[in-house]
Amino acid sequence: MSKKVQAIYLWWHKPVIDKELLQSLPNLKVIANSGVGMDHLDLKLVASFGVKMANAPCAVSSSTADTGMALLLASARRLVEGYHIAISSGIEYREADFLGVEVTGATLGIIGMGSIGYKIALRAKAFEMNILYHNRTQRKEHEEQAVGATYCKKIDNLLQQADFVMVVVSLTPQTHKLIGKRELELMKPTATLINISRGAVVDQEALVTALQTGVIRAAALDVTYPEPLPRDHTLLKLKNIIITPHLGIKTDKATYMITEEAVENILAALNGLPIPSEVLPS
Amino acid sequence: MFRNKAFSLLKLIPLMSGQSNVAYKFIHPAIASPGHRCHRSVEHRQRYTMCPDSAGGRPISAPQTKVMAEEELPGVLILDIGGTHGVLENLAALLKKHFHLITMKEFLENKKEMSKKIQSVFVFECRPAIDRELLESLPNLKVIGNSGVGVDHLDLKMISNFGVKVTNTPHAVADSTADIGMTLMLASARRLVEGCQIAISPDTRYFAVDWLGVEVTRATLGIIGMGSIGYKVAQRARAFNMRILYHNRNRRRKEEEKAVGAHYCEKMEDLLQQSDFVMLVVNLTPETHKLIGKKELGLMKPTATLINISRGAVIDQDALVEALRNKVIRAAALDVTYPEPLPRDHPLLKLNNIIISPHIGTATVQAIHMMAEEAIANMLAVLNGQPIPSEVFPK
Repeated sequence: MSKKVQAIYLWWHKPVIDKELLQSLPNLKVIANSGVGMDHLDLKLVASFGVKMANAPCAVSSSTADTGMALLLASARRLVEGYHIAISSGIEYREADFLGVEVTGATLGIIGMGSIGYKIALRAKAFEMNILYHNRTQRKEHEEQAVGATYCKKIDNLLQQADFVMVVVSLTPQTHKLIGKRELELMKPTATLINISRGAVVDQEALVTALQTGVIRAAALDVTYPEPLPRDHTLLKLKNIIITPHLGIKTDKATYMITEEAVENILAALNGLPIPSEVLPS
Repeated sequence: MFRNKAFSLLKLIPLMSGQSNVAYKFIHPAIASPGHRCHRSVEHRQRYTMCPDSAGGRPISAPQTKVMAEEELPGVLILDIGGTHGVLENLAALLKKHFHLITMKEFLENKKEMSKKIQSVFVFECRPAIDRELLESLPNLKVIGNSGVGVDHLDLKMISNFGVKVTNTPHAVADSTADIGMTLMLASARRLVEGCQIAISPDTRYFAVDWLGVEVTRATLGIIGMGSIGYKVAQRARAFNMRILYHNRNRRRKEEEKAVGAHYCEKMEDLLQQSDFVMLVVNLTPETHKLIGKKELGLMKPTATLINISRGAVIDQDALVEALRNKVIRAAALDVTYPEPLPRDHPLLKLNNIIISPHIGTATVQAIHMMAEEAIANMLAVLNGQPIPSEVFPK
């Protein structure tokens, strides 16, 4: 079998790519990832074997942006809590003081304005949200104007003004624990943190404390570290948090499109053509 | 925080010198806040500052209220302050600025004295109930100010026979309700509530990779009822590249359709057959009662989702139970049911392809406040004989 394998299609980070596997596949030319995140791959190791790598950035961006908006809205309007009240056998009806916070007209701070972050900005604009963003580099003026986004060179300015902070970065050594105690304390006590990047971008211990002591109003996480969290983890017990099981791109259409994108990348690599979504080690 | 929190939507207007009157004007949030980046349509704003039933559309003149001692303020009846169904504390404080607040308990304990003082009733979350007995006991009642836009819980004909006006709050509710419609659509499509349960369940060892929801981006949304709320839903859905169909009593103007990329379906059947998501955004009237029944559900795609943010009675709930059980449609998401809440043994509560929320369409800190302000402005307009921003008439 080892000689026949020319490509690997990674589905949800599996199979695990280690030295042993790479050594046993002499004809391996390309590893195509289903999804955009590559933090589970040792890019340098793979490259050292002369194997090319590709991700699937186009197919994921809309679905992930939709997930971000779903979490933002569900958290703001306390949907999950409300659902439990509506179907519970005990409680008669919701109290008149069961209130969420308004999304329309609120300020959204997007940390990481790549394709996914930008699609979130497009969606948020339709809710008349005031959009701030922080990114390694500033976007072009016409791109900012199209979504009415204001650049915050310092992340602190964004954190202090936002009612909703959405984290949409790749996981790299620079973004590891990007949101910690300091950042959470800069946020408003009425603010909500939404993470659709990778669990490790948020310092989970600091988040537990912030949620327990009212430093921020609430959090909504589609990603944690690890996934799933240990069943006795404190985050699972908090009332002011929503955790979803990495919904990201889990839709019928997106999963199909991701596979199509991966196939395109694999065929390009095998035919010696330029790979549409090649990922190189930094 | 929400920008408008710093402003009262009731702006005190300085009058000509020498007058001891105070006057108030209800400022729509779109124009209240300097620097508020608001893209509400100009047409909407104009509709607000023009009196709807004045010939030629004269601007609303400010209601004139004499400066009075507190006890001389017009009396407003409310169910209660605080508690499960009472008016929230901060809203009571707001009412006290303009009215002499009388709770139902105070009224019942001292009917003789209180009944004459009550000129208005503030109906909050459908309470207090307005029946014939109450109307007969309030000889000086001029207006019922409803918090919220739906008035199906009020017998408009009966109230009108007593010469009492009814007002609602269409402007304060629109954004929050549109937002809840979007929330329910996204949550249902992406199986968010189910997902939360999986994420925290003690039995979860790993997240299954074949567990999928349906795509919202580029899907087809059919909006039944394209009033202000329906239109705001369309504006939001457009940003998700959704294809938007709508069905309405009247067709919207071309520019309005074009602005949100909406296609008119004269026949509701056409909308039902083509939509991936069907959202109900109509008033409850005899015409819309059980608008969605077995036939309509049968016309929908088996992959489609039904979202209701109108009133529970717009859907035939028994037909919905069958449709969900037999997978005639994929799923439903209801912010409203009939009754609210449902009896605890109702079959809808047992289905796994449904989300029910406890009528939280306007349950935000900001919206509740804005609704009270809009109701107050309407009630004051009636009591001061000024043009009424949002009067509701019996058919």
